[in-house]
Amino acid sequence: MNLENLYRQVILDHYKNPRNKGLKGYPKVRIKNPSCGDDITVEAKVSEGLIEEINHEGSGCSICCSSASVLSETLGGKTTAKAEELIQKFYSMIKGEDEGDEELEEALVYQGVSQFPARIKCATLPWKALERLLKGDDDE
Amino acid sequence: MLAVKKIRECFPIYKKHPRLVYLDSAATSLKPQPVLDKMNEYYGEYGVNIHRGVYELSFKATDEYDLAREKVARFINARTEEVVFTSNVTDALNKLALMYAKENIKAGDVVLTSELEHHSSLLPWMKICEEKKAGLRYIPLSEEGRITTENFKKALTDKVKVVALTYVSNVMGYRTPLEEIIPLAHENGSVVIVDAAQAVQHFRVDVKALDCDFLAFSGHKMLGPTGIGVLYGKKRHLKKLQPVFYGGDMNEDVYPDRVEIKEIPYCFEAGTPPIAEAIGLGRAIDFLEEIGLKNIEAHCRELYDYALAKLSGIEGFTLYNKNADIPIIALNIDGVHPHDAATCFEQDKVCIRSGHHCAQLVSRFLNCVGSLRASIYLYNDREDIDMFVGALVKTIELFRKLDGGQ
Ligand SMILES: Cc1ncc(COP(=O)(O)O)c(C=O)c1O
Repeated sequence: MNLENLYRQVILDHYKNPRNKGLKGYPKVRIKNPSCGDDITVEAKVSEGLIEEINHEGSGCSICCSSASVLSETLGGKTTAKAEELIQKFYSMIKGEDEGDEELEEALVYQGVSQFPARIKCATLPWKALERLLKGDDDE
Repeated sequence: MLAVKKIRECFPIYKKHPRLVYLDSAATSLKPQPVLDKMNEYYGEYGVNIHRGVYELSFKATDEYDLAREKVARFINARTEEVVFTSNVTDALNKLALMYAKENIKAGDVVLTSELEHHSSLLPWMKICEEKKAGLRYIPLSEEGRITTENFKKALTDKVKVVALTYVSNVMGYRTPLEEIIPLAHENGSVVIVDAAQAVQHFRVDVKALDCDFLAFSGHKMLGPTGIGVLYGKKRHLKKLQPVFYGGDMNEDVYPDRVEIKEIPYCFEAGTPPIAEAIGLGRAIDFLEEIGLKNIEAHCRELYDYALAKLSGIEGFTLYNKNADIPIIALNIDGVHPHDAATCFEQDKVCIRSGHHCAQLVSRFLNCVGSLRASIYLYNDREDIDMFVGALVKTIELFRKLDGGQ
């Protein structure tokens, strides 16, 4: 995938019109990437092993912000076990280790990021936040 | 213009990456072969410790290390004993702040600095002021974002004990009018600490003429290796400072209850120093002098003017520093995050920096989330500028198209 296509899908859809943006007061984790100013908070409502809802808030580049939006849609409604599995699959896809699992759905567009190693951190930032959240971290 | 083709032959990175468009020299410069050779020579032919052995190899290593110090001293017109080797500017400025503040800063005193500072010039003093309950004050920047003598005068009060300023801003490329500021500071009884990380590689810095009290720079931005920096201090100041690091090499006599330290500058260089790096820096200085700082300055100026002329016809971006003194171009593409833009430049192998450039107060001043920075040095040519401007136009067009939703 070339850069134009990557940006086209990502920006048009999720950067300009982010889904599930705005926090509601559930447990949350905030991660910053100080070198570029990405600053994302991800929160999740989890009950009995099911992620009922994921929201996010923050600012940064298109790859990071859109990735938070895509994450909220892709993993919201999944079980925590499934989400943890998909987070790892997202990481291996983005590192270029594989083509990505079908189950990543929309998040598959980020496969193109693997060609831009400097941007991997941007794409994974919200996923790292959710990963920590599922491990029990809560910034509150 | 310098004969760039010939110059590039000295920089092996261009052999490995013939299409490299390197416009990030403000972050670090490329390294010429003679510097690498000189360091290899140390490791391969006399790579032993200094000051410690009386055997010939150690003598040779010590000699070369001392010679490097002499070269640095000559380069900035200091005495050799006024040149302390550190690992970089950050190390130099932190050490100095700790050493100087210990005896000289108390509650209520003021440290005067600016929002143009690199974090390494600002943060050591921020922390010290916090601890000592001293005040940290900023010289208001002009509308253009410069430190001006006029604003300096306004900010100078009798409480100001230390003035810590960058010589050249690493984001805006503005040169601080230190020639005017320093005498005013001295009249006021304040010492002046200069961050010259973006200065020494671009124009002649003469510490005697400038009359600064302390000045620091890094080897890696002036064709030298990473891991070596310089702290210059006036002899009478250095002699009054107590080292913050103790250990081998910096002491004369050790007793169960006390230590007699060596004289300056050795008392500030505890432990095995970056020997190869110091020697490499000495060679880098020779290289700069062989080409001539004046020639480098003229070359960079010409390329900078060329770049600005090309940029003036383009719309869709904001240039933050159209009157830079040092060849740095800071800009943002309107509506595009600098990191998104930088990735587009990367596709054309144009290496520029994006983000805060370790000077976040500048981004705050400019009211942006960071910026793109292209910086020019002696191995750049017009083609590099063409590539940069071409990539800029392409990026502006790409995001315009995306915005239009086509
Ligand atoms: C103006 C300025 N000061 C300080 C530094 C810090 O240099 P170093 O990282 O070598 O300590 C830099 C470079 O990053 C700089 O541009």
